[in-house]
Amino acid sequence: MVAKPKLYYFHGRGRMESIRWLLAAAGVEFEEEFLETREQYEKLQNDGHLLFGQVPLVEIDGMMLTQTRAILSYLAAKYNLYGKDLKERARIDMYADGTLDLMLMIAGTAFKPPEEKETNLASILEKAKTRYLPVFEKVLKDHGENFLVGNNFSWADIQLLEAILMVEELDASILSDFPLLKAFKTRISNMPTIKKFLQPGSQRKSPPDSHYVKVVRDVLQF
Amino acid sequence: MAAKPKLHYFNARGRMECIRWLLAAAGEEFEEQFIESPQDLEKLKNDGSLLFQQVPMVEIDGMKLAQTRAILNYIASKHNLYGKDLKERALIDMYSEGIADLSEMILQLPLCPPNERGAKLALIKEKATGRYLPVFEKVLKSHGQDYLVGNKLSKADIHLVELLYYLDEIDSSLLASFALLKALKTRVSNLPNVQKFLQPGSQRKPPLDEKTLEKAKKIFNIK
Repeated sequence: MVAKPKLYYFHGRGRMESIRWLLAAAGVEFEEEFLETREQYEKLQNDGHLLFGQVPLVEIDGMMLTQTRAILSYLAAKYNLYGKDLKERARIDMYADGTLDLMLMIAGTAFKPPEEKETNLASILEKAKTRYLPVFEKVLKDHGENFLVGNNFSWADIQLLEAILMVEELDASILSDFPLLKAFKTRISNMPTIKKFLQPGSQRKSPPDSHYVKVVRDVLQF
Repeated sequence: MAAKPKLHYFNARGRMECIRWLLAAAGEEFEEQFIESPQDLEKLKNDGSLLFQQVPMVEIDGMKLAQTRAILNYIASKHNLYGKDLKERALIDMYSEGIADLSEMILQLPLCPPNERGAKLALIKEKATGRYLPVFEKVLKSHGQDYLVGNKLSKADIHLVELLYYLDEIDSSLLASFALLKALKTRVSNLPNVQKFLQPGSQRKPPLDEKTLEKAKKIFNIK
């Protein structure tokens, strides 16, 4: 029996959350080991598992994979969520990278000094409303299909839903000018694997709080 | 006959240089349209050519591709520089991402306020010799092959050699204790396509000078 993938990260979203979403959406069960102390982190390093000394780390198919995008691309390809050819894959990469940029900006605000947080958040919401969300509304409008690429469910759709929900946590009305994204959100949220992941008690993590920030700072010593 | 890829960026390395290296190494000729003024950038935005209002943008095979990684991955796949299977691709991606992280630090250096530059430079050198170069030296040592993954040239080798050239520009002693990396640099530099790209007069861009930096800041509205 094939071992379940094992995720090594803090008990929070950070750079691992998109990986959790992708696995969950693909219906793949996974285990997690949560980093709580500096000692745990140093042990992973000393065991030689962290290629560049960093997490996320995912143990899968006999590999110790690090680097968020490398992990995401591997999973997308493995679970047939990467389009049917090179050109579809290029578009999925383009959309997924854009949404990941946005989500990492949001993840970063938790670590900004208090006096910068508000302006930082405002600028991110501005980017979401004017740079990112309109793009995806237009993509859906132009082809009139249910999914972003190739009329088929892909990694790009999972990332977009994750990003939409993350932005909505900051501004509940953010989709008010984007009717197709609203419909998209409902449609993708209702897919069985995703619906399950959105239930309380799933492995989905909460937004970062001060405790999370403290643990990360303590473990990574910054 | 298929049109040559067309690169939209300003006339400098920035985030487009790794794409130029990869196309050159793959032997795919390309054209460049340089953004020289804020108006040039506005026009591209208004034409709807820039997916997220950003460059790099590469017109290739009927697509207008944005996002550096998406562009690089497409070119690599197209030219068989992405390994033979998913696992090799994962390794190539992992190595490429590490290289990109260090390259990003070097890319950001000119934008750093002058009083912080010394510290940033020291950090780059420390990360290079302490975190990144040892990893790749070890990979090459562990299998004793000519290239990082699967005994075959891949995008990871090209990105790494490009980075080695930049580290050499920063401080030529950085590579001193990495014999296998030095050998990789020589080996890849001697590949016909790369050798051609390394000649004067190629589309390879020089280090950023003050004048070009000021121009770029104007175009992209950076303070």
